Amino acid sequence: MPEVNAETVATSAEAVAQHLAASRYLADDSLATAIFLAIRLGKPLLLEGAPGVGKTEAAKAIAELLGRDLVRLQCYEGIDAAHALYEWNYQRQLLAIRHAGEHEIDIYDDRFLIARPLLQVLKAPQQRVLLVDEIDRSDHEFEALLLEFLSDFQISIPERGTIRAAAQPIVILTSNRTRELAEALRRRCVYHWIGYPDAEREAAIIMLRAGDVAEATARAVAAAVQTIRARPLAKPPGIAEAVEWANAATILEKGGSPWPEAFRRAIGVLIKDEEDLSYIAPELGRIVEEALV
Amino acid sequence: MMRGESLPRAAAPFFGFARLLRHHAFPIAPEQVTGFMKAVTLLGPRSMNDIREAALATLAPPPDRHGEFDAHFRAYFYNGTKPSIEGEKDDETRIKDDRGTREEEDQTVRKEEGGELSSALEQLSTRDFQRDDDRLAAFRRKLSSALPARRSFRTVRTPSRGKLDLRRSLREIVSADGDVPSPLLRRRQTVPRKLLLLIDVSGSMKLHTADYLKLAHAAVQGADRAEIFTFGTRLTRITSALRIRDRNQALARAAAQVDDWDGGTRMGPTLLAFLSVPRFSSFARGAAVVILSDALERGDHAELETAMRRLSARAFRLSLATPLAGDPRFRPATAALRAILPDLDDLIDGSSLTSLTDFILSLARPAPTASTIWKRVS
Repeated sequence: MPEVNAETVATSAEAVAQHLAASRYLADDSLATAIFLAIRLGKPLLLEGAPGVGKTEAAKAIAELLGRDLVRLQCYEGIDAAHALYEWNYQRQLLAIRHAGEHEIDIYDDRFLIARPLLQVLKAPQQRVLLVDEIDRSDHEFEALLLEFLSDFQISIPERGTIRAAAQPIVILTSNRTRELAEALRRRCVYHWIGYPDAEREAAIIMLRAGDVAEATARAVAAAVQTIRARPLAKPPGIAEAVEWANAATILEKGGSPWPEAFRRAIGVLIKDEEDLSYIAPELGRIVEEALV
Repeated sequence: MMRGESLPRAAAPFFGFARLLRHHAFPIAPEQVTGFMKAVTLLGPRSMNDIREAALATLAPPPDRHGEFDAHFRAYFYNGTKPSIEGEKDDETRIKDDRGTREEEDQTVRKEEGGELSSALEQLSTRDFQRDDDRLAAFRRKLSSALPARRSFRTVRTPSRGKLDLRRSLREIVSADGDVPSPLLRRRQTVPRKLLLLIDVSGSMKLHTADYLKLAHAAVQGADRAEIFTFGTRLTRITSALRIRDRNQALARAAAQVDDWDGGTRMGPTLLAFLSVPRFSSFARGAAVVILSDALERGDHAELETAMRRLSARAFRLSLATPLAGDPRFRPATAALRAILPDLDDLIDGSSLTSLTDFILSLARPAPTASTIWKRVS
């Protein structure tokens, strides 16, 4: 996709919503506004919400709408500067020292520097979209390290000096809210909480995302998923699971299963927790039948 | 700081709204206010909704305070009256987190419940207060080294038996002009596991709650990562109140935060509520979870069973300390206890500080599961 100027795409929140829809991502007004503001204010966008509401998808859609490459940094417990910023290639440095013999050699040369996602984004000549995924999984120290990057878009490497961004990246952070993020991080970002979509929007998302699903099926799935999510489940189904359920039920129906039965048999793609399955199983028939009306 | 009068007239309401939020304990930084004004300009604004969206995106109120935020917004921008805040919309979990609890609320609760609570403390202080104090002080000192440990992803330097640390070894080699000194090694660090205490504050536990809170205070002070919740008819997180070093102050604050003292118990539903909040349930993952309760669940115990199964699946070790087990005739005979026994790693005596502190300090040592022990005695 050709690269476009961020400001020409983001003329208004509605324009952003339309462009995202063209990238097959349906954003409600609030989310479109938050994305529009993040692009125009030049601030990172922090998306929080339950797993499966489409946070990572939003980042991909933003990259697609701007025609930029997406660089993804997946966070985990114990992630540190060597995984996120840069690392020296020590083996190559050692070899180079051995080969150099009596000659002078700069072991802190570019060819020994391994750029990790954050440095890659800074060094790229064009603007990139950086996705820092599941920041809530990392430790507080990493959050503090990121804070420095997010406020100045620069990294200091002791042996090389400071590297500033050639083009300020568009940064999207996601969090499942398994822990509270530092106030300092929240206040540097444009913030948006993504909730589960209402039945109508979810039906539209299913129509857009699923391959070959009839509108009535999409509506039924959306209605049933809303009811199922209202139950106290250990892992409430996300949007992706709803899409898969609609797809799977359609495939089973084409294979000869009648409607309510096809939904029931495909439940394994919607609910992926044994305990939740046994909890919802007695009610499932009724939920599906009510949704199909 | 910029004074109100020098602001352009159009900007004053936005500045005022931020000030109002700050007054109600929303942490709003100056740059967020500037961001808010810029956002409003960018959006037009064409309607009040644009202003609300701009405020939500830039002032970033936490999701669990959105209801309160909306009430302030409506009151400020629509009619200028005081908002009537009737709790959060998202009330299904009935969870109170001590962050953002307002001072006024604290005081009303303190007035209502303070008498009863302080008299309970008084009663205990006339008992073996000095000995309890010494015991708790020793418990606090020993706790962080006594908790079970896990291997972290982080590494530490080690003189032997580790992986080669190329980064530092190379620096040594370069500084020694190419000479190869003995290589530096690193190995994965071990860190103490989290300790999660869930304290029952219902009526049937009245005699023990004061002791439990003292223990909880010592745990928060002593362990690197301890989390404390109380539950009765609802769930309250009191960890940050207990971070205050002075015990009396900390307990007074914690007491003010809990508003279901000495009521009934809905153990199953409150534990499920705990598990349904990702931020809370992640405390339990890989942690040593100790529930301090008599587990006298009335009526149907299906929810309690589900909650305990889920907790046990998350936790490193799930223990139930019940004061009833202090009686030698105690057997886990109630339907609820029998149902949850297979999920428990330990079912122990929670009637005295001595047995509890000894037990928590022994969490790292392996022990037979609760069902094996109790099958033998019953």
